[in-house]
Amino acid sequence: MTVKVWAGAVELRVLAAGRGAPLVYLHAYHERGGWPACLDRLAERFTVYAPYHPGVQGSQGVESLDDVADLTLAYDELLGALGLASAHLVGHGFGGMMAAELAATVPLRARKVVLVSPLGLWRDDLAGEDILVLPEHELGAVLWKDPHSDAARRWATLPEADADNVAAQIESIQRRAAMAKFVWPIADKGLRKRLHRLTAPTLVLWGDADRANPPGYADEWKRRVPGARVKVMPGGHMLIHESPDATARAVREFLS
Amino acid sequence: MKVCFFHLMPYRFLPDDFERKYRSVWVDVPHSLYDPEKTAGLYHEFLDELEFAETSGFDGLCVNEHHNNAYGLMPSPNLMAATLTRRTSRAAIVVLGNSLAAYNPPLRVAEEFAMLDLLSGGRLVAGFPVGTSMDMNFAYGVNPATLRERYYEAHDVVMQAWTRPEVTSFNGKYNQLRYINIWPQPLQKPHPPVWIPGGGSVETWEWTARLDYVYCYLSYFGYKRGKVTMDGFWEAIHRVGADDNPFRAGFLQLVCVADSDAEAERLYFPHVHYFYQKCLNVWEGFAEAPGYRTLKTMQVGARPQVGAQARKIRQELDWAKYVEQGYVIAGGPATVRQQLMECIKSLRVGHLMVLLQIGSMPKDLTFHNIELFTRDVLPHLRGAWPGYKDRWWPEAASQA
Repeated sequence: MTVKVWAGAVELRVLAAGRGAPLVYLHAYHERGGWPACLDRLAERFTVYAPYHPGVQGSQGVESLDDVADLTLAYDELLGALGLASAHLVGHGFGGMMAAELAATVPLRARKVVLVSPLGLWRDDLAGEDILVLPEHELGAVLWKDPHSDAARRWATLPEADADNVAAQIESIQRRAAMAKFVWPIADKGLRKRLHRLTAPTLVLWGDADRANPPGYADEWKRRVPGARVKVMPGGHMLIHESPDATARAVREFLS
Repeated sequence: MKVCFFHLMPYRFLPDDFERKYRSVWVDVPHSLYDPEKTAGLYHEFLDELEFAETSGFDGLCVNEHHNNAYGLMPSPNLMAATLTRRTSRAAIVVLGNSLAAYNPPLRVAEEFAMLDLLSGGRLVAGFPVGTSMDMNFAYGVNPATLRERYYEAHDVVMQAWTRPEVTSFNGKYNQLRYINIWPQPLQKPHPPVWIPGGGSVETWEWTARLDYVYCYLSYFGYKRGKVTMDGFWEAIHRVGADDNPFRAGFLQLVCVADSDAEAERLYFPHVHYFYQKCLNVWEGFAEAPGYRTLKTMQVGARPQVGAQARKIRQELDWAKYVEQGYVIAGGPATVRQQLMECIKSLRVGHLMVLLQIGSMPKDLTFHNIELFTRDVLPHLRGAWPGYKDRWWPEAASQA
């Protein structure tokens, strides 16, 4: 479905499935499909809504949003437009940062919050790899704990036909460009000042081999979000794709 | 026809194995490769070359802006231009340019260009590049999504500061200025000629054409490959209904002149090779931040000059290919004259910029190249465009 917000200037494509309490999932830089397999597992218990960020895969209107504050309010409006007074908020990477921003800005929207390797904090000694700009052939080894796993191979395969291949490359640039707008050149836009407002029960998940956003940040989140639980699991930055069952289980356990 | 001498100011002392050992000459090129003592000497060598280019007969001297870059040691071209104003008296001083989006507030550019125009007695050409992704997005951290918008707004601020005599205000998205009132104002009225160096983005062609500025393609890949870009500009000119005056266009070409074609290879090949293999060795990840090119430009298929594809092409180059494919126009005077005329005519260019100091080329050889070029080539290009008036040239600059 598509949902208009921001006085009609932003039109979000939202994938939705399942039944149960509402859960909104916000995606990371390198998720092409917008619906990782773990969402199928979560849809068994929850009504899952997965919007594409503005500027990604047909979600329109990124040019009307100037910064993280605008994007956060646009997501607040999305929940309103979906008729959700509140929902569980789950996000990965950039999406994790946005889930935290939304929960901190409008606390009443957040029932429980799950952040998987969220961006949003910065430490010079934990810089991680610059995954917004890494070329495709260098990216796999950074994103995945095992770049030769089936999930990593499926992710790395681009269409072979010329026109489709070019379209896929343009999609990748546009997708990253849309999110880069809100985080360039460093994904720290002051969230740390707002994290004391994140009062919903929060679970932070991290892959122990995350080279894009090192697991050392998990301690920062624990320190800054009152009462947050942290769970480090075997995996890389693409944890939820590498271990869909285990991550879905961890999320379900926490939310129920 | 106007012919300008362009200097990049490259670091000449990168190690032999540079392109194998290090991923990029730009953005994250290691400091350990840099020697301040040598660089101090280089600046004076390069300024000597620029000054010699004026006395030898060039119409203009071009300097440009790069950051974190071992082939362009000019983070501030304005400083170089300032020294040139004192040591030259005739040639136009073409600053190509100041990357407007990097200056906060952009009034700084309006002020410094005004100072340069005054210091040079009205010989300044004001260049306003968007700036490369390496310079703007990576070295200076400007957001690629808003770089162009910021650039256009900065341009409006500068023009307002130059052309509206009273105290004015500007309430923009990126600049809020309650009191615009720069002292000093430029000497040239209404303002110095404006040239826009571009890299082939569709938006820049149309914007430049609409505002009646000069479009300059600063290509390292020569006139044969530059044709697609210049054709795109001329189509934009046609679309806005402007005339086809060749002085609307500028083009940068690498040139090596020797007594004969064979001598050219012997003298210049190592330096040309240094330039293409080391100076253009830019890591693919830095070639273009996501969002730097607009969707429209991506769809037209314009490729960046550096990065993986460009690297693949570069690595296969030898002297014969550099010359055949027009990357470098090189040879005896007759060869160079004939090919440069072909370049000028096929691209329809009234402002030719030539790069005669290339890569690791030392001062004595650069002087040799300048001497032969100005003696045996330049005079033959002068009459290339009879009947057209150059409306984009400082009146105070004069021919040798």
